[in-house]
Amino acid sequence: MMKRDEMLKVLARHRTDEIVVAVYKAAQDWIHIAPSDLNYTFTGAMGQGSSHALGLALGRPDKRVVVLDGDGSLLMNLGTLVTIANAAPKNFVHCVCENGTYETNGAVPIPIHGGFTFTGMAKEAGYANTYTFDNLEDWDKNLDTLLKEDGPILVDLKVEPGEDYPENFPRLYNTEYRDRFRKVLAES
Amino acid sequence: MAGDNDAGRLKAQDLIREIKRAGIRFIVALPDRTTSEHVLKAMIKDPDFQVVQVCKEDEGVSICSGLYAAGHRSLLLMQYTGLLDSINAVRGVAVQGKNPVCMMVGMLQKEPGVPPTQSKRYGLRIVEPILDAMQIEHANIEAPGTEDQVVPMVEAAYAEQRPVAMLIGREPI
Repeated sequence: MMKRDEMLKVLARHRTDEIVVAVYKAAQDWIHIAPSDLNYTFTGAMGQGSSHALGLALGRPDKRVVVLDGDGSLLMNLGTLVTIANAAPKNFVHCVCENGTYETNGAVPIPIHGGFTFTGMAKEAGYANTYTFDNLEDWDKNLDTLLKEDGPILVDLKVEPGEDYPENFPRLYNTEYRDRFRKVLAES
Repeated sequence: MAGDNDAGRLKAQDLIREIKRAGIRFIVALPDRTTSEHVLKAMIKDPDFQVVQVCKEDEGVSICSGLYAAGHRSLLLMQYTGLLDSINAVRGVAVQGKNPVCMMVGMLQKEPGVPPTQSKRYGLRIVEPILDAMQIEHANIEAPGTEDQVVPMVEAAYAEQRPVAMLIGREPI
């Protein structure tokens, strides 16, 4: 099991010019750990992160898009796996921060945690490849390769809460940041 | 080929022409009985469009928003039942998120020529009041000539970063 903030710090070290779409707890941590105009946190409703990311990936096939999804979030929008597999964007890296709970909403466990795998669902849907990481060393070692691989790929990241970063939902959904994202992306 | 009963019916090719004139190249869609046969199937075959098929309509709200952030115009094609199912995404992503999500909504089983609010069907009657409550501009597109509303509505959506809904009242032919 990885501390989420430590897992994200590894990603931040390997990041170059990727778009990162992040939701809920991962987003709250990520905007502190890796601030960037190419962070997209304006997802607006639970479960929607990977769908925003698909639009970005299809609209900018020249840019790699990394999604930091949640397990509860993905369960709320499972059809997205089939939609993404069907659209087959090669520039799509779908990371699921699997902590086993709806952490933002009171840390209630997700249904049947451990009774299914997100990698299995993604494989069945037709993702090009899947990975699971539960320790920082392997995550660090494989990340460069994984970020260059043809997608869509799903990466199941076994995490638990790490350092507590302050929640700031108004910042996550701030449309001024979204407009800045659009401008910077258009210029990149 | 149009027959006698087709007089006064909106032509699918006219609707598609207006969608193109609005600068839309991405179509995000779930099959809708009002538009599947002559609009969606035609767009799937049309190399001017890239059609993204979704499993549920709320995905489409967000895909269109992602496309907007990437600099593209798109249209979300769905049945009114899908709109009703997607209200929270429309609320959070499109309205509060200030995303120009352009929705083309098939009004399945609406009586021809009857305003949606006067339909015998409850599900149809509530569509416009819900859009009004959400402060989403909407237009009825049913008779020939009403497709002229597509371009100005799409332009307004992108200029003002807000969603719009174009309600297709009868199957175009």
